[in-house]
Amino acid sequence: MNKVGSFIGRYQLSHFIILALLIFVVMPLALDSFRLNMVGKYLTYAFVALGLVLCWGYGGILSLGQGVFFGIGGYCMAMFLKLEASSPENTAIQSTPGIPDFMDWNQLTELPWFWVPFQSFTFTIFAILILPAAFAFIIAVAMFKRRVGGVYFAIITQAIAAILTILIIGQQGYTGGVNGITDLRTLHGWDIRTDEAKTILYFVNGLLLFGCLFVARYIIKSKLGRLLVAMREREDRVRFSGYDVSAFKIFIFCAAATISAIGGAMFTLQVGFMSPTFVGTGPSIEMVIFCALGGRLAILGAVYGALVVNWAKTSFSESFPELWLFAMGALFIGVVMAFPNGLAGLYQTYIAPWLQKYVPEKFHWIITNRNPEESGAEIAVAGETASEDEKKSKAGELSHAGN
Amino acid sequence: MFADYSMAELTSIFAMQGFAGLILFSVFVLMALGLAIIFGQMGVINMAHGEFMILGAYVTYLTSNVFSAYLPESIYGSYFFIAMILAFFITGALGALVEWSIIRHLYKRPLDTLLATWGLSLIMQQIYRSVFGAREVGVTLPDWLMGSYAITDMIEVPINGIFVMVLTIVITIAVALMMQRSRLGKQTRAVVQNRPMAAAVGINTEKVDRLTFALGCGIAGIAGSAFTMIGSTGPTAGQLYIVDTFLVVVFGGASSLIGTVASAFTISQAQSTMEFFLSGSMAKVLTLLTVVIILMLRPEGLFSLKMRR
Repeated sequence: MNKVGSFIGRYQLSHFIILALLIFVVMPLALDSFRLNMVGKYLTYAFVALGLVLCWGYGGILSLGQGVFFGIGGYCMAMFLKLEASSPENTAIQSTPGIPDFMDWNQLTELPWFWVPFQSFTFTIFAILILPAAFAFIIAVAMFKRRVGGVYFAIITQAIAAILTILIIGQQGYTGGVNGITDLRTLHGWDIRTDEAKTILYFVNGLLLFGCLFVARYIIKSKLGRLLVAMREREDRVRFSGYDVSAFKIFIFCAAATISAIGGAMFTLQVGFMSPTFVGTGPSIEMVIFCALGGRLAILGAVYGALVVNWAKTSFSESFPELWLFAMGALFIGVVMAFPNGLAGLYQTYIAPWLQKYVPEKFHWIITNRNPEESGAEIAVAGETASEDEKKSKAGELSHAGN
Repeated sequence: MFADYSMAELTSIFAMQGFAGLILFSVFVLMALGLAIIFGQMGVINMAHGEFMILGAYVTYLTSNVFSAYLPESIYGSYFFIAMILAFFITGALGALVEWSIIRHLYKRPLDTLLATWGLSLIMQQIYRSVFGAREVGVTLPDWLMGSYAITDMIEVPINGIFVMVLTIVITIAVALMMQRSRLGKQTRAVVQNRPMAAAVGINTEKVDRLTFALGCGIAGIAGSAFTMIGSTGPTAGQLYIVDTFLVVVFGGASSLIGTVASAFTISQAQSTMEFFLSGSMAKVLTLLTVVIILMLRPEGLFSLKMRR
């Protein structure tokens, strides 16, 4: 087996190829450029879902603030594009030419200091990759070093998402307020609004997504991935074995943040604007359902989850807007109660055995994984195997940081 | 920033802002009490708590409509008490139903409870929107709640605000007494501290769970009922408060009722006092940010129950 295969595995590789065919061949051929752009938008959410598979599915850390990182990535890209779109020539009619239009409306006369570096594309790229990780690092160090986890972490991250939304909406002159940063035109002089540009961006997005999928797969297969699972199941035992549990948690949370931010940046490029509606608590928790539906332990499932939920959302809100919230609510409850391993679990339990009947045995490796430990549904959901200790310390979890 | 105001004006500004803060405090306390019981005692994250509160508000709205349509005007003034009792029992019953159908299967998976109840909250919101419409509804206050009471010639406090505050105090004391003295309260605390042991001495833990959850939801219903006295109710109003309320409960130390009250007081006072000097959004950002930072430094909250794990 070659080097790539060594961390992907034959079975996983076949599924990577199927997804690649779907994204790079089937979708572009079957959809017009408007729909393709929409699929591209859905795929940017897949980045967030993928990040959640890593930190929630494998690390057991549920963050309800992934929208924050998606938003940071998106806003960084939007700031760069906005500055390019507000060149002095384009904004000659403003009272202060050369600054974004919303700043002018809010009586700002010069570019705020934190906008200045975003005139450089190199800085923007670095910011998209580093800024969310740095922010995640601060949160994670503060929380995990004190052994705060579980529901507390979820509540705090949710509060952070709420704070950031209020801040963005409140500081209209610096952030564009509730409308966000709109009217983005060119990237280094290349018009991103044409159909052709959108198709190219779709493929770039797909390639980046696959890059992240490979990284995620690599992390999961590495020793780190094993430790994460061990930690999720029995944190104390890993700690007593001499590992610094918090360091692993911090790493995986930062990795998830960066992956989400890449998605955010690609979102801005493809959709042409960024607004606080993608940052707050609502969207952040919606992103969790993409991951949960796909299967919280399945990195490819995250992509399918994001595609299915968003496709359903679009078609529901086109035809029966009032039904959408019912469907979404039912999805949350159903995923949690009936099929906690999501689509990946359904595939393993029902579809794969059915397919096996019709496919010659020679090709069974495409459908199922003989090595059960490698399949998407490898481990029952964290809580299901929850230890006896955990039951005893349900109250203990509340006094979580007693030490 | 203070230079433009005279001393007397400043005093009355602080007094009035302080009073506005006290009303916010009442809402926080009423909402947080139910949550503190459900989250603090049972460890269940109920994201639909805001929607339970709104259910109480809608029950009050319906009751007031029934009273003004079918009953003599002379007893309209008392509709609120009937509404509150109805709100308590209806939301409590729904809470028991939710516990039986969803929550009890998920006790071992707290994070999944969070997602399931979030789904529930979406469904409830949409039901409200379909039944009551997307617009906000308000109740007509009875005469004795209208108007305001002038303490000095510069300080005026609205009577409905005073009423809500008194109500909050009464309910808080009732809940505290119940948790400390009543049979259910003792059983709840026993189950929280040691479930197998509580079961071994003959406590029906499943029943206690269900009653506790129903009680928490019932209190949310009363909160919603009180909420109609000071604001109007829309399908998504519950969502506005849920993040704040969770912070209140966590900041107070999840299993401590005194902590909940103290943290609700701190947060609401900080927010409403700052609101006068900063824009409303910045006041909220600063308050929440401070709370989050304090929680990062002291994760167990203000008051924590020392417990052996």
